[in-house]
Amino acid sequence: MALCKLPKFSTELCQNSLISGYVKYLVKRSSSHFVYKPDENVNIQGEKTKMNMFQAINNALDTALRTDPKAVIFGEDVGFGGVFRCTLDLQKKYGKSRVFNTPLCEQGIAGFGIGVAVAGTTAIAEIQFADYIFPAFDQLVNEAAKYRYRSGNQFDCGKLTVRAPCGAVGHGALYHSQSPEAYFAHTPGIKIVVPRGPIKAKGLLLSCIRDPDPCLVFEPKVLYRAAVEEVPVDDFQLPIGKADILVSGSDITLIGWGTQVHVLKEVAAMLKDTHKISAEVIDLVSILPWDVDTVCKSASKTGRVIIAHEAPLTSGFGAELAATIQEHCFLKLQAPVTRVTGPDTPFPHVFEPLYLPTKWRCLDEALKLIDY
Amino acid sequence: MVKTFNLCKISVVMALRNSVLRTVPGLKKIVFNNGLRKSSSRLFSTEPNFPGAKTSWTEKLQFTETDSYAPIPVFRVMDRQGCVIIPDEEPQLGEETLLKMYKTMVVLNVMDKILYESQRQGRISFYMTNYGEEATHIGSAAALTLDDLVYGQYREAGVLMYRGFTLTQFIDQCYGNIDDLGRGKQMPVHYGSRELNFVTISSPLATQLPQAVGSAYALKGSNKVVICYFGDGTASEGDAHAAFNFSATLDCPVIFFCRNNGYAISTPVDEQYRGDGIAGRGPAYGIHTLRVDGNDVLAVYKATQFAREYALKANKPVLIEALTYRVGDHSTSDDSSAYRSPKEVAEWAANDYPTKKFRYYLENKGLWSEDKEKQLVEQTKKDVMIAFGAGEKKPKPKWTEMYEDVYKFLPPHIRKQREAMQDHVKKYREHYPLGSFQK
Repeated sequence: MALCKLPKFSTELCQNSLISGYVKYLVKRSSSHFVYKPDENVNIQGEKTKMNMFQAINNALDTALRTDPKAVIFGEDVGFGGVFRCTLDLQKKYGKSRVFNTPLCEQGIAGFGIGVAVAGTTAIAEIQFADYIFPAFDQLVNEAAKYRYRSGNQFDCGKLTVRAPCGAVGHGALYHSQSPEAYFAHTPGIKIVVPRGPIKAKGLLLSCIRDPDPCLVFEPKVLYRAAVEEVPVDDFQLPIGKADILVSGSDITLIGWGTQVHVLKEVAAMLKDTHKISAEVIDLVSILPWDVDTVCKSASKTGRVIIAHEAPLTSGFGAELAATIQEHCFLKLQAPVTRVTGPDTPFPHVFEPLYLPTKWRCLDEALKLIDY
Repeated sequence: MVKTFNLCKISVVMALRNSVLRTVPGLKKIVFNNGLRKSSSRLFSTEPNFPGAKTSWTEKLQFTETDSYAPIPVFRVMDRQGCVIIPDEEPQLGEETLLKMYKTMVVLNVMDKILYESQRQGRISFYMTNYGEEATHIGSAAALTLDDLVYGQYREAGVLMYRGFTLTQFIDQCYGNIDDLGRGKQMPVHYGSRELNFVTISSPLATQLPQAVGSAYALKGSNKVVICYFGDGTASEGDAHAAFNFSATLDCPVIFFCRNNGYAISTPVDEQYRGDGIAGRGPAYGIHTLRVDGNDVLAVYKATQFAREYALKANKPVLIEALTYRVGDHSTSDDSSAYRSPKEVAEWAANDYPTKKFRYYLENKGLWSEDKEKQLVEQTKKDVMIAFGAGEKKPKPKWTEMYEDVYKFLPPHIRKQREAMQDHVKKYREHYPLGSFQK
């Protein structure tokens, strides 16, 4: 598995500038399909400071280690700061026994993390790319998710959180671009969240770390540097299972998560400015459990729904939303619930611009629905 | 080009220096101090400097293979007649402990026999016996403390029994009744007990290995070890590799206890691996390793005790491979005569059976007799039958228990599914076995 990963920098040879240069290049190459706009109306009191998403995650991890003296962070290359800099300086600050590298083995990382959590210690595991979470699928699906249930609540691994960078990044191709949330959404017993920016990333990560159930956090890697906003420096948590209405509207509902939310916000602006159509944009935030009430309330109000995600269409999480919406809002719908997603192909390299559910594809579908 | 030339020149110089150093060892220090480039002085040492291994050079090309070193020997205390071979190696166990160990082995045998037959009669859905491997359970369990955390595979009921799990608790789990600690959710023999620090068994093989390592990491410094049992077949899973490697690199006080009983269902060990068993892999991971006669309860005890002491003192893993033989079928869903001869099984049962061997030892010490044996077997049969009868009569947990403990708190979507099912069951109650569940 290791050999297939993006250029990986060993601790000894790596220069920070090399990494940051690489990530900058990566972001520059990839940020064309969306425009990041910070959250408006953030209702969190206290001091705030400008952070990008990897800094906000780093800040959340720092907060978690500070407030829980037994919490540990581990994974491949997390010791020197992580290939995306999310664990920067944490080993220096908290020591090698609390922030450490593991051997290169995802099933081991997940299994080890479960064991740490079973013994009552907070375990924060990192899978270097969500594309490489599949070797850990058995541990996460058969073990982590079922631990409490199968033991009659005698044992659990609720103190486990697994972080994994996910989603398109411009040139990540098959194994540095995937969005595997739907595979895990079919698994009772785990919780799954996807942040859309720095504030969300910090608040959700802290919630997941402290939640009594095992959680997966899929972090859209293209946002690590591209997304910058004023992040509260204090300890705060944001709810799991709660969707956010980012733009209020009355004609059509656009639902997405992660990076796609920013695409949809642009689509809403285009619909409003060019076509005088009022779109409501919902960030689902939490994949499992997901916020049926917020989604169905909006769908009932607008009567038209587009769900957009980067992952392939067939059995993507959009299918779950679409089925639920038609069941709950049947009499209110004025057009079929429509999904704009990646095609049912592997995630390609040079064809990425035509693979993604771009704002143009979303706009096109939205206009079709309005005219339905 | 210039750069390449320079590099070549340096390597030539190095080669020359190395050849000089090899013939004139006294020069080593001087050359080091006056090296061409101080920062890379280690590259001028005579030994290989690769970060991947601390080793020496050789100019002879040859394979390292299984015959390059002798197989790891099997540690034993007793012979097949229960006689201690080297008196100094006999563990100094009190009469009470010895009898507790033996009695647990007998009770386990009797329970196995009755539950196996009850499955054959269709009274429980599934069962797995422990025949032939009683010494691996009891010997290791006796060498641990109740605070040590146990992760098992499924054929370690003796460990749980030694720790105090009652016949009633075993049977309640197999029935999945109202008193089952697992709330009727798993197949029979998937035991677990928080109170006894025995992590609930799950069916996927080897998943418990890296988990045991994680728990050992978390428990480091608490004067507890984690022991993790698994079979020779399970050791082929990727999770076993993950666990061995993580335990070594992360310095975890875990004892990996492999029950090598010769078979994984129908697959004999020569189709499972071609190295020196499971023990042969330990040193390759940098793990201290022991191989022990799994039919010799005293040898297993000593090995586990030795492993525990070292694991605690050094904060490092130990691998124990207990060689034994699976005398019973794999499970009640298996007929082992389809892939091995009943004669082979009978030979093991007759000539090298752990309970028998231990009984000889106790009789030699005057601690056991035919009368005592008869009495214990009869009493245990009665006890098992009573627990069995009671277990069978108990209702299953309330059916809505099905929705509990998926998460710590019931989420709205599962609550809705439960409510929908409650409405359905009200309408169609005659089509569901509601009578067997608690009201």
